[in-house]
Amino acid sequence: MFAHRHLLGIEALGRADIETILDLAEDYVALSRQRDKKRAVLKGLTQINIFFENSTRTQASFELAGKRLGADVMNMSLASSSIKKGETLIDTAVTLNAMHPDLLVVRHQHSGAVALLAKKVNCSVINAGDGRHEHPTQALLDALTIRRHKGRLHRLTVAICGDINHSRVARSNITLLNRMENRVRVIAPPTLLPTGVGRMGVEVFHDMRKGLEGVDVVMMLRLQQERMQGAFIPSNREYFHRFGLDEEKLSHARPDAIVMHPGPMNRGVEIDPNVADDPKRSVIQEQVEMGVAVRMAVMDLLARNIPNMAA
Amino acid sequence: MALILANARLIDPESGYDGPGALRIEDGLIADVAKGATPAAPEGAEVMDCGGMPLAPGIVDMRVFVGEPGARHKESYRTAGAAAAAGGVTTIAVQPDTDPPVDDPAVLEFAMRRAERASLVHVAPMAALTRGMKGREMAEYGFLLDAGALAFTDANQPVADPTVFRNCLDYAHAMGALIVHHPQDPAMTAEGSVTESLYASMLGLPGAHPFAERIMLERDMALVEITGARYHADLVTTRGALEALRRAKDKGLPVSAATSHHHFTLNEHDLADYPTFFKLDPPLREEEDRAAVAEAVAEGLIDVLCSSHRPQDEESKRQPFEIAAAGAVGLETLLPGALKLWHDGAIGLPALFERLSLAPARLLGLPAGRLAAGAPADLVLFDPDAPYVLDRFALRSKSKNTPFDRRLMTGRALRTFVGGREVFTHGVV
Repeated sequence: MFAHRHLLGIEALGRADIETILDLAEDYVALSRQRDKKRAVLKGLTQINIFFENSTRTQASFELAGKRLGADVMNMSLASSSIKKGETLIDTAVTLNAMHPDLLVVRHQHSGAVALLAKKVNCSVINAGDGRHEHPTQALLDALTIRRHKGRLHRLTVAICGDINHSRVARSNITLLNRMENRVRVIAPPTLLPTGVGRMGVEVFHDMRKGLEGVDVVMMLRLQQERMQGAFIPSNREYFHRFGLDEEKLSHARPDAIVMHPGPMNRGVEIDPNVADDPKRSVIQEQVEMGVAVRMAVMDLLARNIPNMAA
Repeated sequence: MALILANARLIDPESGYDGPGALRIEDGLIADVAKGATPAAPEGAEVMDCGGMPLAPGIVDMRVFVGEPGARHKESYRTAGAAAAAGGVTTIAVQPDTDPPVDDPAVLEFAMRRAERASLVHVAPMAALTRGMKGREMAEYGFLLDAGALAFTDANQPVADPTVFRNCLDYAHAMGALIVHHPQDPAMTAEGSVTESLYASMLGLPGAHPFAERIMLERDMALVEITGARYHADLVTTRGALEALRRAKDKGLPVSAATSHHHFTLNEHDLADYPTFFKLDPPLREEEDRAAVAEAVAEGLIDVLCSSHRPQDEESKRQPFEIAAAGAVGLETLLPGALKLWHDGAIGLPALFERLSLAPARLLGLPAGRLAAGAPADLVLFDPDAPYVLDRFALRSKSKNTPFDRRLMTGRALRTFVGGREVFTHGVV
């Protein structure tokens, strides 16, 4: 039973909800590997992907997921345009609502904006990333990837490394991994950690080698290059020296530890190319595959709660 | 004709009196104050029975934004005056950050003409501290004082350059002018829309460290020490800044401070669902700060309570939290907000009206704030226990952006008098 109307964040999901999504996503992994990849569970439904902030990868993943499930998919890239025209976000929501979509997939550069929009429309809304707040489908696809490699999604030690402060991926992952009873570590210089991170149920490390000691999973985050001006870090090369994941630092993790990254990667800044492209350790490409399956599962489950579908 | 306000509970912040009595009003002034008794009514006097309700000096609100000129769609002198009257506010000290800003006597005179025609309550104009409120060159204090300015401030825009600010303090000090400053370090608050905290981190909102307030106030206190100028911090909302304020007062510096009712009645946890009506400048703080500010008001470390009335139209607020405009209307919620301190047992009514009426009047050099013969008959009769649910659409302000919408409030103005004239009558007493 999946009772949610929207997927706005991991925060609202219980442990059973997460397992339901991941179990169904397994089916869609299998489906996506077949020659005939289509199902008709969203047939007749309209899915609109609205991206106020550009993201080719996430948008493509949602588009493919919708199409494989038989939805009519429309993409709208609104990066800043509506604001330039003086339109408020609520005006945009009301306009979209008049088109009677069934699923809205929304990315926005401001935290809370997707939730605000969800209040003003009648359809289901999926948060495809809002500001530095949440990116729930990324956390779910990470969870699916971990579960497939480790055989379970609890009692693991996971290190999340890098620019935690600006990362919605980190927040969603911390919430999800805690909810599934894992040990979560964050590793970063203090300038890239959010205030109060120590009270988010994580262990905090400023030393990469100590932080990686014995971990099962290493999640690297993209260093937000656009925010690198100023006083966050001294330089890219200094950062790579202290916090970049290379083979030597990775050797402190468990021998079977996997390496993850939500992409796009800055090779040589937060991750060494040899690690990023090592098929024995890196599961980064697999994360992309799991992304489509998880998004199919989420849309399938939400569509079951659309009133006229139940009738 | 004389008016007798009989059978009242007089609240006089100047003498500390809180007890039964009556007032006689003649020619717009308080002609007589009878404590514990009703004075003999002169021939033909009108007698109004106050029903034993508290009668206090009208509120002097030191921090009000009116959108004339430039933003009349947000608030006009007519609507601000009506909101003030309904809130028991009899004088509004208006901020100069209009469009154009009040950095020129002509603009000041225009605004005052508009105010005189349209406002139900007194308007005390403040002028810009720097030209164009850009923080680079001082405004023409002499001309502006002659045109009626009562204080100088750059409103929400702190003067970042310490040399410029020092010169402003120095020059204004020679004229005895009051400098009002918004203590927020602009570099530290540039990207923040909330207070930096664990809670802000969870919401994913970029925060400004609460020490941005303390750092700027510490700097300002040092400059006041150098110059000796009269300085008023227009909003103090954090523990750190309170410490700085206490040190300055202990040293005997000529400083005072205000806070808004929002900052001791609400805290950051009200932001759970990204409600933009709660986006304020400075932002809502952690609970420890809220409690410390309430205590500082009760103790008198914070001298003045203000509404920090900043009307914003729907367009400015119907946006994601980070980019929505900051500010809330407050003229009609200041009295119930302030009364919360009294209901909590933190402060007596005379002391509360010292913060609401007498202290701001003295800072601005106005004769208001007292129940004494010869003082202006600017008064509020109120029911401190009246419960009601606030409906933002019932507010008199042109803009309806209040964080108290649909909240249970306790206490409201029943009648408001300005210069002896009744400008608001809500309930039958």
